[in-house]
Order: sequence, then structure tokens, then C-alpha cells
Amino acid sequence: MEQLHYRFTGGHPVSKGRARLVGVVGSGNLEVLIEPSPLDGACIVDVSTAAKGFGAIWQAVMSDFFARHPLADVRISIHDNGATPAIVVLRLDQAVAEFSAPSMHLPAGDEA
Amino acid sequence: MKHSYYEASARERVDALLDPLSFREILPPTARVVSPHLTALDLPTAFDDGVVIGSGALEGRAVLIAAQEGGFMGGAVGEVHGAKIVGLLERASREHPVAVLLLLESGGVRLHEANAGLIAVSEVMRAILRARAAGVPVLAAIGGQYGCFGGMAIAARCSNAIVMSEEGRMGLSGPEVIETANGVEEFDSRDRALVWRTVGGKHRYLIGDCDRLVDDEIAQFRAAFIALMREAEAFTLEALEREHAMLTRRIELFGGHADALDIWRALGWEEPGEVSVLDTREFALRAMGRRAARAGMAG
Repeated sequence: MEQLHYRFTGGHPVSKGRARLVGVVGSGNLEVLIEPSPLDGACIVDVSTAAKGFGAIWQAVMSDFFARHPLADVRISIHDNGATPAIVVLRLDQAVAEFSAPSMHLPAGDEA
Repeated sequence: MKHSYYEASARERVDALLDPLSFREILPPTARVVSPHLTALDLPTAFDDGVVIGSGALEGRAVLIAAQEGGFMGGAVGEVHGAKIVGLLERASREHPVAVLLLLESGGVRLHEANAGLIAVSEVMRAILRARAAGVPVLAAIGGQYGCFGGMAIAARCSNAIVMSEEGRMGLSGPEVIETANGVEEFDSRDRALVWRTVGGKHRYLIGDCDRLVDDEIAQFRAAFIALMREAEAFTLEALEREHAMLTRRIELFGGHADALDIWRALGWEEPGEVSVLDTREFALRAMGRRAARAGMAG
């Protein structure tokens, strides 16, 4: 597995953004966990990918993503199992849409 | 609009099956409890290790629910995945919800995790029986793309009742495993008609493994669960003995048959070929008196 990390600044916070998970770690697929996080206005992306050596393409995809969705105080964590850039873009857009949508859920948490 | 169970992810199934907004997840993805074994093997992990667990409501009544995600490693059970289901069932034994709902979709043990996976599945079986012994009905649903095989099929049969769609499949060894071990002459895993009439929902319904056969719609699985919650029988020695007697009788009656078609004929289907083409409602009507009912359930 290869670990990649990106940090973007200059975005805008989303009020009432909620932690959401989209996608499944199937072959050629990925899961994206998006959650609010106090990051001094930054947007952080952590990628764990089974396909090694594609850092430059991830950089391009993530820069494009941040240009379209300049988020602040958001942490995005990705588990990738060889998804193509088009699938990655689709999942990221889905994650942002669900993150920003009115709540469908009570706050997640273990109330044990 | 029809909401396909087969096509949905584990999370979509949970959301659509329970009362709206009632689901509260335990160990959500943000907790990041991933498989240490997959990490050690340098393989991709999932934030929920392929299973969603939590509490919710079904017609306003408290239930606990687990849903396996077939898209992640075929729903295979690793140490964390299994421990989540076991923990949920242990909570059920303490808290006595109206039922535990298990949305199963699994190839069985996650072989990458070797003994830890094997132990995890055996602990799931024991926890199901313990919850039932504590008076909590455990109801299973099988209708996903990956079916329910191996140890998780045994776990499913440890439950009070199983709801399946025709598309669902359940069996001990999956078709590919049988073909690999015993040869294509024994079982051709690419023969879809053969696969479905051997492990598919309709066959499981006819021989008494499945208690409710529903269309591939999440709303129908929900309705079946609601009905089954009311019917579940107490887990007693007598009930267990009746179940064993049914299984013994089944082997006596059908053990000599090489093909499901022969079993259906023996059950009274004069033209067994029609089983595969009837829609669910028509099939269930015609199956009355022509199926082996499971001992542990009324009706």
C-alpha cells in the first residue's frame, strides 16, 4: 500500500457538515470518509492506495477536486483498491454532496 | 419506486429497512477500527471492516441490526468484522431488543486472517444461540449479490428464521469451491440454472431452510421481518429436537437425489421446471403443501 497526503488551504467551512462514508473498497473501487475536523481552515486528504506509483495523478485529481470544492476544516480519508481517476472524482463529489446535505441521520456514535 | 435489495450496499439496506432516521451506528467508520491482519499483509482495509452494526427501530420497536458489505472482500468475516457482530449479539442478550436483524452477505471466513477468522465465525454462531437462549429472536436476510456461504450460512441457520429473495443464495461450499475441489463434472459453477436451483432462494424455501421468500425489494424484507418478529418461537430443547428431527427426515427423503429437480418432484411438483419461472407470489401460493416447512417457526 502507498500512503499519500495532501493539504489545501484557502477554502470555506461548510456549516453543519456531517461525517459520511461513501463507496466500498471493492476491486477498482474506493471508499471516501469525509468528516468535519478543526484543521485551522485546512482541508486534509489522506490516501491509502493499493496501486503504487500514481502519486502525480492523485495530485492532479486532488488539486482539481479542491478547485471545485474549496472546503475548510474537513478531513478526507480514502481507502483505494485501484480505482480509476474518473471513479475517484465521482466518489469525491458524492462524498461532498452527502457531507453538505441536510442530515439523514442522528449523530453516529457508540452510546455504550 | 422499487428499491432493490440485491443492488443496495449494506448501509443503504440498513437505512431503507429500519424506520427512517432511527439507525444509530456502533463503531462507525470514523472510529477507524480496521483489520490489523490486512494491514500487516499490506492489503486494503475498510473503515468498518465490511460490516455495519447498530441500533434502530422497526415499526417503533427497538432492534439491533448488522449488515455485511459483500463489496468488501465478498463480505468475508475477519477478526474485527466478526467481533462487531458478536458484540452486537452480546448486547442483545443484555438489553433484550425485540429482535436482532442480520443482513448477511458473505463468502464465509476471510481466509487471509486464518485462525482469527475461523474463530470469529464460530463466535458469531455461539453468540446467535446465546441471544436466542436469552429470549431474543435472531432473524436473517439473504438477498445480496454474493450470497451467504461457508460459516456464515451455518450462522444463518442458527437463527430463528431466514428471509430470502429468489436471487439470494445460501450454501455451505459455494459453487466455485465445489467445482475446484470436486471437478466440473460434479458441479459446473458457470451453469447458472444449476447454481440457482441448488443454492437459490426458491430451493431453500422448498426444502425448509428459508422461511419467507420475498421479491428483491428492501420493503418486502422489512415487511417479512415485522411479521417474523411476532411469530418467533421460544428457543427450547423441544424446539431444537424438532428441528433436528426435521433435518433427519430431510436426509432420509432427499439424500438420495442428485438434483434439485428430483427433490421438487418428490415434494409434489409434477412439473418441477415451473419452479424456476413462477413469480414469487404465484410460487409461494403453489408451494403450499409442496414444501418442507421448517420446524422452528409457526406457519
